[in-house]
Amino acid sequence: MSTTVTGRRAAADRRIEVRKTYKLYIGGTFPRSESGRTYEIHAAGPSGRFLANAAMGSRKDARDAVVAARGVLGKWAAATAYNRGQVLYRVAELMEGRRAQFVAEVAAAEGLTPARAGKVVSQAIDRWVWYAGWSDKLAQVLGGVNPVAGPFFNISAPEPTGVVAALAPQRSSLLGLVSVLAPIVVSGNTAVVLTSEHRPLPAVTLSEVLATSDVPAGVINVISGRTAELAPWLAAHQDVNAIDLAGAADADNLSWAELERASADNLKRVLRPAGDDTGSVEPDWSRTPDLTRIKACLETKTVWHPKGH
Amino acid sequence: MAKFEYAPALESRTVVTIRPSYGLFIGGEFVESTDGSSFKTINPSSEEVLAEVTEAGVADVELAVRAARTAFDGPWGRLPGAERGKYLFRIARILAERAREFAVLETLDNGKPIKESRDVDIPLAAAHFFYHAGWADKLEHAGLSGASTHPPRPLGVVGQVIPWNFPLLMLSWKIAPALATGNTVVLKPAETTPLTALLFAEVCQQADLPAGVVNIITGAGDTGRHLVEHPGVDKVAFTGSTQVGKSIARSIAGTRKRATLELGGKAANIVFDDAAIDEAVEGIVNGIFFNQGHVCCAGSRLLVQENVADDVIMRLKGRLQTLRVGDPLDKNTDVGAINSATQLARISELTEIGQAEGATRWSAPCALPERGFWYAPTVFTNVSQSHRIAQEEIFGPVLSVLTFRTPQEAVAKANNTRYGLSAGIWTEKGSRILWMADQLRAGVVWANTFNRFDPTSPFGGYKESGYGREGGRHGLSAYVTTGATR
Repeated sequence: MSTTVTGRRAAADRRIEVRKTYKLYIGGTFPRSESGRTYEIHAAGPSGRFLANAAMGSRKDARDAVVAARGVLGKWAAATAYNRGQVLYRVAELMEGRRAQFVAEVAAAEGLTPARAGKVVSQAIDRWVWYAGWSDKLAQVLGGVNPVAGPFFNISAPEPTGVVAALAPQRSSLLGLVSVLAPIVVSGNTAVVLTSEHRPLPAVTLSEVLATSDVPAGVINVISGRTAELAPWLAAHQDVNAIDLAGAADADNLSWAELERASADNLKRVLRPAGDDTGSVEPDWSRTPDLTRIKACLETKTVWHPKGH
Repeated sequence: MAKFEYAPALESRTVVTIRPSYGLFIGGEFVESTDGSSFKTINPSSEEVLAEVTEAGVADVELAVRAARTAFDGPWGRLPGAERGKYLFRIARILAERAREFAVLETLDNGKPIKESRDVDIPLAAAHFFYHAGWADKLEHAGLSGASTHPPRPLGVVGQVIPWNFPLLMLSWKIAPALATGNTVVLKPAETTPLTALLFAEVCQQADLPAGVVNIITGAGDTGRHLVEHPGVDKVAFTGSTQVGKSIARSIAGTRKRATLELGGKAANIVFDDAAIDEAVEGIVNGIFFNQGHVCCAGSRLLVQENVADDVIMRLKGRLQTLRVGDPLDKNTDVGAINSATQLARISELTEIGQAEGATRWSAPCALPERGFWYAPTVFTNVSQSHRIAQEEIFGPVLSVLTFRTPQEAVAKANNTRYGLSAGIWTEKGSRILWMADQLRAGVVWANTFNRFDPTSPFGGYKESGYGREGGRHGLSAYVTTGATR
């Protein structure tokens, strides 16, 4: 009898958790997919438990995201390097505040222990800090004065290439995502990123961080869904200047060669997935990065002016 | 203004010996083609046949790539940078020693004025080799590796395809950095201008460059395509049309081949009302009539502030009437021959479209020679942004004039193009120059000057003008890898 009473009391005390709707992030707002579609997301590992219904982005969503990214490009590219550095650093600050949520989501998405997931989240936060510091150093490291043979002042400096589409890594749902995203936006580009297809939830939570950070609306747009469905539209989009194919590795039914071929139509700068020959592998994102990903999204502008008196 | 009359001042052809026919330069010597055919290269100012040249076939490309691979895997790959550099210094010196010979040959084969081949093309080509020679043993100091402990390493065999507008200069832009970084090359010159590249092969022999380090194969588009698509080529470097550039980008998609593409342009040359107008007019003329307008970075769109437009156009037309169009070997000639009948037809077609679309055409009155391919310097006014002559690359001595009122409007119009290679700004206001330079989406911005080139200065485009840079420290990065694996 006492067991029953205790049981009843426990049931009455147990609060039903309020679950989150995982949405897209386009132009600073959180729409559902215009297609009305969702798909089930399950935990990695043996449990395979249901986690959420994620929005399944469509071609229209991707194109809306490009419009948003193009719209804010001028403002973001014209922001001072100091300002962009602070904005990226602020993302790290806000992620730290949501650490527990990220750890839980990364653990579920990637099948990691809480301790291991904690380490991955720390690395993702630190990655923002690392890239934040680069914003006002790139021009000096990558640019310079050229000693031309004549009475001219001649200087080369890096500039953002424009709107960059990115396929986020399929396995590393947060650290991989940040490792792809931060080097795009630090120099003043704007981004449309396709999340990991089967592990999108940490990316959606990151977009909630971005929405409350100082990253202007539209600078980063996050779309979940089928990589093989959405990537070709971005690769063929005439108003996208560059594409990062990192997430082509291990993506379902996707040929990065086809994406690169489509990208040639407007001569997009293509950052190929890691790997040899026609294959592709997801790199170890825990390694300290170098400038490769930043440089892939930069143009060099050289300015000449005569000297005289 | 009346044109001064000058007596003809012809540069002598005797300095040049052109062979009746040429084989392919593979593995350090001239060889007969195994499966190719032949074609003739002509002097575009007279239509005189200069020589018969080999059109390399698939098997020839195979042999050339194999020779380059053998050299890369062999003596060249093991050569210390300092020694590599000395070969490049030798080449630079020989080019300078034989400069007049190269200049005359370039003018004969290309049709450009001798004063340009003599004062621009050949000296700059030699300078490119001299500049890059010095890099060969200093690559680890070029800042290309970041924090990586791996020093920059060559990529291997480079396939290079170059255009006809600056034949030897484009060769030097391609070969000098490739060799300085330790690669070997197979280069295909344009089919209408192969002769200076073939003469350059003799320079390689004089320099005792190891066999197979530089291979020169002549031919047309098919030869170039076989080269670019050859699986033994690790990197492609191309200068030419945006259309071909896109097909190259498609053909290497899904491979690990690297590419640099230097493609078309439709540069805006922007003149503000406070510019030094006479200097600006000189800059406009240099921008579009230099090298008959056969320049990818030519200032083919003049954007002039509305309140000075009439004055600028009047002075421009006056200046154009003093240009001397004619025999390219005459040292007084300013504008030479159009490079080919094909290009002349392209220019004629687009200018006719310009008239049909409603723009107003004016051509400098000048007597054109009867033989050869010629086009009088031409200016279109009343051009709107949607006109094809404002959007498409004409690649000839044709200027499209548009006007603007505010700097913002100038920027919007200048950037309203799929290209982004170069731009010009003419104003005496420093802050405006710097603001404009920031706003223009172009790889090279010339302020109060135009069409300046230097081996130390990176050159290359934004958007559909291609990717990668040539020249300077930036240009080196296209030819090296710094990762643990490629």
